[in-house]
Amino acid sequence: MKPAAFVRHVPKTLDEALKVLSDVAPDDGRILAGGQSLVPIMAFRLAKPAHLVDINEVEGLQHIASDGTMLSIGARVRHAAFHKPVVDGPLGALLAYVARHIAHYPIRMRGTFCGSLAHADPSSEWCLVSATLGATMVVKSTRGERLIAAADFFEGIMSTVLAEDELLAEVKLPLLSADTKFGFYEFSRRAGDFAMASALVTYRLEGGQIVDARVGVGGAEPSPRRIAEAEAALNGQAPGEDIFRATAEAAAAAVEPLEDHQTTGEYRRDLVRAVVHRALENSV
Amino acid sequence: MTEKSSITLTINGQNHAIAVEPRRTLVDAIREDCGQTGTHIGCEHGICGACTVIVDGEPVRSCLMFAVQAEGKKIRTVEGLATGDTLHPMQQAFIDHHGLQCGFCTPGFLMLAVGVLEREPDIGDDELIDVLSSNLCRCTGYQNIIKAVRAAAAEMRK
Repeated sequence: MKPAAFVRHVPKTLDEALKVLSDVAPDDGRILAGGQSLVPIMAFRLAKPAHLVDINEVEGLQHIASDGTMLSIGARVRHAAFHKPVVDGPLGALLAYVARHIAHYPIRMRGTFCGSLAHADPSSEWCLVSATLGATMVVKSTRGERLIAAADFFEGIMSTVLAEDELLAEVKLPLLSADTKFGFYEFSRRAGDFAMASALVTYRLEGGQIVDARVGVGGAEPSPRRIAEAEAALNGQAPGEDIFRATAEAAAAAVEPLEDHQTTGEYRRDLVRAVVHRALENSV
Repeated sequence: MTEKSSITLTINGQNHAIAVEPRRTLVDAIREDCGQTGTHIGCEHGICGACTVIVDGEPVRSCLMFAVQAEGKKIRTVEGLATGDTLHPMQQAFIDHHGLQCGFCTPGFLMLAVGVLEREPDIGDDELIDVLSSNLCRCTGYQNIIKAVRAAAAEMRK
């Protein structure tokens, strides 16, 4: 249960971090941010990186800033920063509500928002939020910067389109208009454990009818994603039990659930039905 | 084996000059290199919470930090809770409410509860239960730990 040996690099600036990452990435170099997923994996020797680029002392990655349309979250921002709303309106409330579901309190003190996205665990709450709300990833390397939409970012279980020399420096989330309603629900067997299925819904009401519906499902498939069939079931309808049931049914039918040694696909499909329904119930 | 770095860890106000490999976890350094064995090691992968310590005011798992990352930070462990012979209100409350049996998880629970209450003195009862779900205890069934922490929270707010 002791991590294998590695060389630690402690850059102080972003340029320095990108340079050293580009140097060591071909020699199995990795970024160390909060370390709350990477260090356990190293303790189990499932990962034995030869180099760690520790970004905890890099200046300029600690910001949470709103420009009126987007909320920018730097690579050193930890989960606990969202315990209280970081921005007025529904987005701040949504992030605060979801943050309390991430692992446990001491883990949230260290783990980072961007690290969670780069790690891309299927059950990650922030991956679900990013996929559902349409986040933009700001990815940097010595070769330059590129912007990646959340829908194009996740490639599967713990896999993203990030190249080995790229750092997820920042994520941008669109602010939600003041009349946006949201609901979130996740199921796990133990408090703080990985969610076996989770759902996030957002929508607005116009003349009593749902518009701009977003229904995201996490933990059930290799990557979290919006479920178009469920959104179609919601849009244009008045919120209510019948329509929530139909939406949950549509989501359950649309997913291709993961299976593992403890869980059949049908069980996870049933969980998807339940978490989408409960997220919708929480949204009113 | 990589080269050792010379670092100084500040634990409960006392400096410990040690030499550790980068892979040395903070909890191993606290116990093995600094000789402060009040902090316990349980699962070594961030699940059980036995190794919880307070680093710069934040309750964290010391098995999920490397010792070199804690240089220059203020580390607090269970050895630093009491003042002379006077126990910290949290320690006294654990005794008064039978919040421990075997005691293995106790240092972690104490540092978790003290760390959270110092950050959020007015934390609600429901949130407190959520916080206490962070750590594992196989003896008490948690009810007496919850009672102890609630009592200490009231004491600490005075």
